Amino acid sequence: MTVSSSSPATPALHMAGVRKVYRVGDEEVVALDHADLTVATDEIVALVGPSGSGKTTLCSIAGGILSATAGSVVVGGEEISDYSDRQLTTFRQNQVGFVFQTVNLVPFLTARENLLVVDEMGRREGKPARARADRLLDELGLADRSQNLPGQLSGGQKQRVAIGRALMNEPGLVLFDEPTSALDTELGGHVMELIRSEMKARGTSAIVVTHDERITEYCDRTVRITDGVLEA
Amino acid sequence: MRIALKELVRRPGRFVTATVILTLIAVLLMFLGGLLDGLIRNSTGAVEAQDADALVFSDTSQASFLRSRIEPETRTTIETELGVETGGLGVVLLGARVPGNGPRDLANVAVWGYELAPSGVPAPPAPGEAWADEVLEADGVAVGDELLVGPARIPITVVGWVENTSYNGQAGLWTDVDTWRTVLTANRPDAALDPGVFQSLVIRRGDRDLGGVSVPDAVESLFDGEVVALTVREAIEEIPGVTEQRGTFNQILGVTVVIALVVIALFFALLTVERTALYGVLKAIGARSRTIFAGLVAQAVVVTLAASAVAGIAVVVLDLVIPPGSIPLSISATRIVTSVVLLLVAAVIGCAFSLRRVLKVDPASALGSSQ
Repeated sequence: MTVSSSSPATPALHMAGVRKVYRVGDEEVVALDHADLTVATDEIVALVGPSGSGKTTLCSIAGGILSATAGSVVVGGEEISDYSDRQLTTFRQNQVGFVFQTVNLVPFLTARENLLVVDEMGRREGKPARARADRLLDELGLADRSQNLPGQLSGGQKQRVAIGRALMNEPGLVLFDEPTSALDTELGGHVMELIRSEMKARGTSAIVVTHDERITEYCDRTVRITDGVLEA
Repeated sequence: MRIALKELVRRPGRFVTATVILTLIAVLLMFLGGLLDGLIRNSTGAVEAQDADALVFSDTSQASFLRSRIEPETRTTIETELGVETGGLGVVLLGARVPGNGPRDLANVAVWGYELAPSGVPAPPAPGEAWADEVLEADGVAVGDELLVGPARIPITVVGWVENTSYNGQAGLWTDVDTWRTVLTANRPDAALDPGVFQSLVIRRGDRDLGGVSVPDAVESLFDGEVVALTVREAIEEIPGVTEQRGTFNQILGVTVVIALVVIALFFALLTVERTALYGVLKAIGARSRTIFAGLVAQAVVVTLAASAVAGIAVVVLDLVIPPGSIPLSISATRIVTSVVLLLVAAVIGCAFSLRRVLKVDPASALGSSQ
């Protein structure tokens, strides 16, 4: 089993005074306002809020997709606040995993190849990456589906492939964006159980963005966000 | 890049339209190029075939065989002073009656008299005989036929075939100099030449060391402007219409390449728009814009190569099927390779129009997507 490289004392994520302001015409729109958030190693945090509350913005900043307007963002001990686009790309290749709302697998690649995309876009390890993909698919119960295209997989199986893809670069932090929104209640529950077990088994931290209160029971802690402001 | 190639293999259907259009464009490009080469060859083949370091013309002839006169003294001076090998050369353009054809159904021939054999042409045949260019087959000429050349109907017997030796669009008939002189005198008395006088001289340096001076310069330095010595390439460019033909066709070929560029640019621009969401996801998980763009270029190159391969085979088959002499088509490996290179350049430039769109794809679009 792969374990996150950050030491137990180092939080997976530490955000302090993070602001994100968008300029729309002459107006400034504050998407995130002085957000402070720490996610410990091995911790699963549910980030709950209504649409437009800023949860995706927070998630994007934590994952190095967006840069904060102000404040400090430290992921696995690495300060990324001042990173250039190029540095953020390298950071995303190596330090974080993403599971997107609509799964977004590459439709013409098999389940196994979808996992290997991460290696091809980043580290290019080759053989070790192929071995890791096979191991992940086996652990996710998809060993017999590794050669199937996404179109040949069920919704739950696709979600498991997406989780496998997020774990391919052995990240310390995985960001889940509404991972159950496209699934029915029962399947959503199964997926959340799987997420919890996989994260805990690896000692990997996770932020699960959701507006579904039922998801919170699978998480260690719930953080609410409204109008860009985090509530304790 | 491997992802892009896998898409080509697993979803060939989405590239079929672009491949078919590019194939048609490639066929057009190679066919037009072949026509250009064929036309040029029909005009210049006999000169291009000359195995010469220089061709010598009289100064006022503007490098025209029909206007040029080289006296025996000139030839002697060149041989004596430079120690090079020289051969007399002359031509007369006429119509020839072909056995079995009607009296008005004349074959256009260029009767050459030569002493030094050009490339692909054997040594001069016996008097009254000729090596004939194979394009005469389209006029119904066969080996052994006796052609009656010009208004004077001088008989010349075809004893074998040669290739690519037409001149001014007329098929080459390669005879010894006496036969040529007889044909010239009988049919064009105004242009008749005394014995020993030729229209041009073929110069071969052989092993002679001219002290680093080119053969044409060495020849011209012997005279006070009475002769013009040209390389074979220069002599070809002096043939009327060659430069104009080449310029016109090259413009058409250029427009065809631009059309290929536009097709590729539009196709891959549409493909990029269609893939914006996918590119957003790939960027979110760490793909660089250059990696994504390299994939696009790889797809464009493969599609272009596939189209070029089909087109190349098609024009080669066309070249084999079309009888020699019916249309001036000359398909060569050089022409096909040149066309493929032009199309590949067009493909890469066409893809470049999608680069800005690839750069603009925001990885943040992968998060919060509602599609």
